[in-house]
Amino acid sequence: MTTLFYIAGAVAIIATIMVVTRSQLVHALLYLVISLFAVAVVFFTLGAPFDAALEVIVYAGAIMMLFVFAVMLLDVRAQKPPRMPRSAWAGPVILIAVLLAELVYGITLHDHALAGGSVGPTQVSAALFGPYVLGVELASMLLLAALIGARHVAAEPTGAAAGEADAGTTGPEEAPEVPPAPEGVQG
Amino acid sequence: MATVSLNSGLILAAILFVIGFVGLITRRNLIVVLACIEIMLNAAGLAFVVAGARWGRADGQVMFLFVLAMAAAEVAVGLALAIRFRQALGRLDIDAADEMRG
Repeated sequence: MTTLFYIAGAVAIIATIMVVTRSQLVHALLYLVISLFAVAVVFFTLGAPFDAALEVIVYAGAIMMLFVFAVMLLDVRAQKPPRMPRSAWAGPVILIAVLLAELVYGITLHDHALAGGSVGPTQVSAALFGPYVLGVELASMLLLAALIGARHVAAEPTGAAAGEADAGTTGPEEAPEVPPAPEGVQG
Repeated sequence: MATVSLNSGLILAAILFVIGFVGLITRRNLIVVLACIEIMLNAAGLAFVVAGARWGRADGQVMFLFVLAMAAAEVAVGLALAIRFRQALGRLDIDAADEMRG
């Protein structure tokens, strides 16, 4: 298990570095999927098989699917934004490296072994719907708010769309009270 | 069975978090910025799971579930904003939205 942990951790770190350094957006997203799979293996070796399964299903499945759909909708191939100049990010990166070194040093001051053993879905579910049931309710409300908010934000401002097409003014005040679309179709 | 030490897991979470943060400040593509936020949230969830495994309790995994729900909500709203961003400004460069000159 220890060997599996280190191998999967190394894969996760390498894949995440590739996410940050690839300039092709789709390549970066594919490396992100690899990184999430590697973290799922790490969860499994830590004795959290339920979270490993959810990592694959929700993160690598649902969330990455959203990313890929956004890439399809946006036609990102047309223009790639240029990289930020090195002078802009070298300073923050050096400072954050110093902080990371401090954090790693602080972590290594005291070491503990993990408890070992595996905490299965039964115990997780008992905790989730026992003492944490209020959090589950709040998470459901958060997801509902995100659903409605995403639908409202991404909705085409139908009244203004035709006007924008010929006027060409996608100014800062696009559709202040114009969009009458989002109220009837909330179902 | 030899188990992983607590330090290894926490250091892995810290390294992943910092890589995500570096990507957040060095990339200008809005989609990649959102992906880097996902990496950082995932690293935070990893730290929760490691801490839960330290005591052999389920609480860390429950916290990871909440992080997961929050990440899903965040990415839904974030990608909707990216679509509107592209429609309003014509590109995905986050420097296109510097009209407030922050």
